[in-house]
Amino acid sequence: MSGGALAGDTAGASAQTADGWRSRWGRLYLQSEGIRGWCLSAPALFVVIAALAVPIGLLVLFSFWTQDYVDIDTTLTLNNYQTIADRTIYLTVFARSVGISGLVTLLTVLLAYPLAYYVAFDVTRHKMVWLVLITLPFWTSYLLRVFAWKIILGYDGVINSGLAWLGVIDEPLSFLLYNPFAVILTLAHAWAAFAILPIYVSLEKIDRSLLEAATDLGDGPLRRFWRVTFPLSMPGVIAAAIVIFIPTVGDYVTPTLVGGPSGLMIANLIQTQFSKANDWPLGAALSIASMVTVTLIACLFVWFSKRATEKIA
Amino acid sequence: MSTQATGMPSGAAAATDPSRFIDIQQVTKRFGASVVAVDAVSLQIARGEFFSLLGASGCGKTTLLRMLAGFEAPSEGEILIDGQPMAAVAAHRRPTNMVFQSYAIFPHLNVGQNIAYGLRKEKLSKADLRRRVDEALEMIKLSGYASRGADQLSGGQRQRVALARALVRRPKVLLLDEPLGALDKKLREEMQIELRQLQEQLGITFVFVTHDQEEALTMSDRIAVMSAGHVLQVDDPHTLYERPTCAEVAAFIGSMNFLKGRVRGRENGQAVVEAEGLGTITAEAVAGDLAEGAAVLLAIRPEKMAIADTAERAPAGAVEGRIAAANYLGDRSHYYVNLPGVEKPVAVAAQNVDRETEGWLQSGAPVWLSWQAKGPILLPAE
Repeated sequence: MSGGALAGDTAGASAQTADGWRSRWGRLYLQSEGIRGWCLSAPALFVVIAALAVPIGLLVLFSFWTQDYVDIDTTLTLNNYQTIADRTIYLTVFARSVGISGLVTLLTVLLAYPLAYYVAFDVTRHKMVWLVLITLPFWTSYLLRVFAWKIILGYDGVINSGLAWLGVIDEPLSFLLYNPFAVILTLAHAWAAFAILPIYVSLEKIDRSLLEAATDLGDGPLRRFWRVTFPLSMPGVIAAAIVIFIPTVGDYVTPTLVGGPSGLMIANLIQTQFSKANDWPLGAALSIASMVTVTLIACLFVWFSKRATEKIA
Repeated sequence: MSTQATGMPSGAAAATDPSRFIDIQQVTKRFGASVVAVDAVSLQIARGEFFSLLGASGCGKTTLLRMLAGFEAPSEGEILIDGQPMAAVAAHRRPTNMVFQSYAIFPHLNVGQNIAYGLRKEKLSKADLRRRVDEALEMIKLSGYASRGADQLSGGQRQRVALARALVRRPKVLLLDEPLGALDKKLREEMQIELRQLQEQLGITFVFVTHDQEEALTMSDRIAVMSAGHVLQVDDPHTLYERPTCAEVAAFIGSMNFLKGRVRGRENGQAVVEAEGLGTITAEAVAGDLAEGAAVLLAIRPEKMAIADTAERAPAGAVEGRIAAANYLGDRSHYYVNLPGVEKPVAVAAQNVDRETEGWLQSGAPVWLSWQAKGPILLPAE
């Protein structure tokens, strides 16, 4: 101790070690990128592990167990997966879910692209207003919007009463609601902004001189779009498609409310297993099976669209 | 030409005056109600010429180039290329190609695909396409780079690819929008020489936009100096530097000393001028006929002046001044000399050939200035 004026040797020493520990830690923190990264991501990591990894792990475990009336038999078997493969209802509903989501994705991206293109290229002033307007429907709850579609498409809903009033139809059209069409329409509307925004961002990022270069090199507007604009907006399209496809396959609210029996989707079946049927292991197996399949489809889609983009150019 | 006077026949076969290969006639471009980017500009560019548009940013040079490319339409006036009016020709059908300032290399394509981009319409066989791309790569000394990604190129390489991509289409006119601006000094100088050689080899008309006067002087056959939407002077580099026709051009190209003066008479076709600081001298009037008594500007380049440390070493007629500042640049020195009755110090550039005998000149020292007989030129006062 060089100071010597401090009250006691021990107190001084402990104060110094605390100080030293802190400064040493501080130095380490600043020097090591790894430590910094772990510290900064720790809170998020904790949530992801506790709220995502652990439940999924449990789900996987459950899927290898079997429901034995009131008890759960914890011997590991593949029986649940065997059941899924045997009973065609699961495959049918799952195929329908994928079909409906695929159509929703296609429809949403097709409808969103022109709007995103317009805002990115032709709106010069008040872009922000446009973007806010696009997200405006999302200021109300998802449920409310689904109910709104019920009111529009319903037996004595807006469309039917409107058409009746105009004298176009004598009795209400019954094919509007409670079928896959209603599910597709409702989902496409619900997810529109999630398609518009990523596509808009990818279009907005395109250097305008690239478009001029394409023109300069002899491409008319359509060919230029196909050879430069579209391939360069592909990341946005892929992002939009993934963001819409994955959650809509597992959507449960919309098919419940507007789907009817023919619009039932896989999430409805899973929900039944966990509630009315009270077969958690089978529900878990269904969840895992659909999760894995959706992941595979998404990966395949990304791989395929990347290849396709390269081909175009 | 008589064939031209009767109007162009439908085909392009009619011979056009080669000195009017690009004919810009009274072209004006307005943006909105108040901005006039290009104001009634007329220019003729000859076939095979390396022509530069030189000016500070915002002078309208890029707008003019973009009108040649077809990205902007003139508000008034007409542009003809090889005798064909361009007004109704869309940008993608024009016989021009452009090298963009940002190079605009397609990021989703590799080098070979970038170069082949503009050849789609020619419907070449795979082998021919490959050959054309390889030739282009060889021309820009990037053979073997065809499969490189656009993001794996350095700035200089991107610039070359942009050049090859435009030239591979064999355009009648190559438009270059400050293509060397983003390169470092050494690379820029190399590219200046290469570009010039390429242009001479190919014989394609180059229209080159730059704000760098040295670049324009090095490369061009002729230069149009632009300012505020107008063309101030069109001449070959030599004339532009030695005989500028207005103070703005004189000041923009190189450095120039301006002294106020008044015309006192004429002598052997030269004007006799009383100039501040220099006394009564003779000078050549470049622009306009200057009447006796007219207020003029006497312009003289720093390197046309000589500096001496004693009256004996200076030629007769030298004027005495005092050095305000001296900058040593190695091969030469720049002196700023205060002359009696002159507001701004006069700049003198002297080669440091034999400074040991000529004497080192320090700030504050008295000096004697003289000038070459053909050095001073007269310009109309603003």
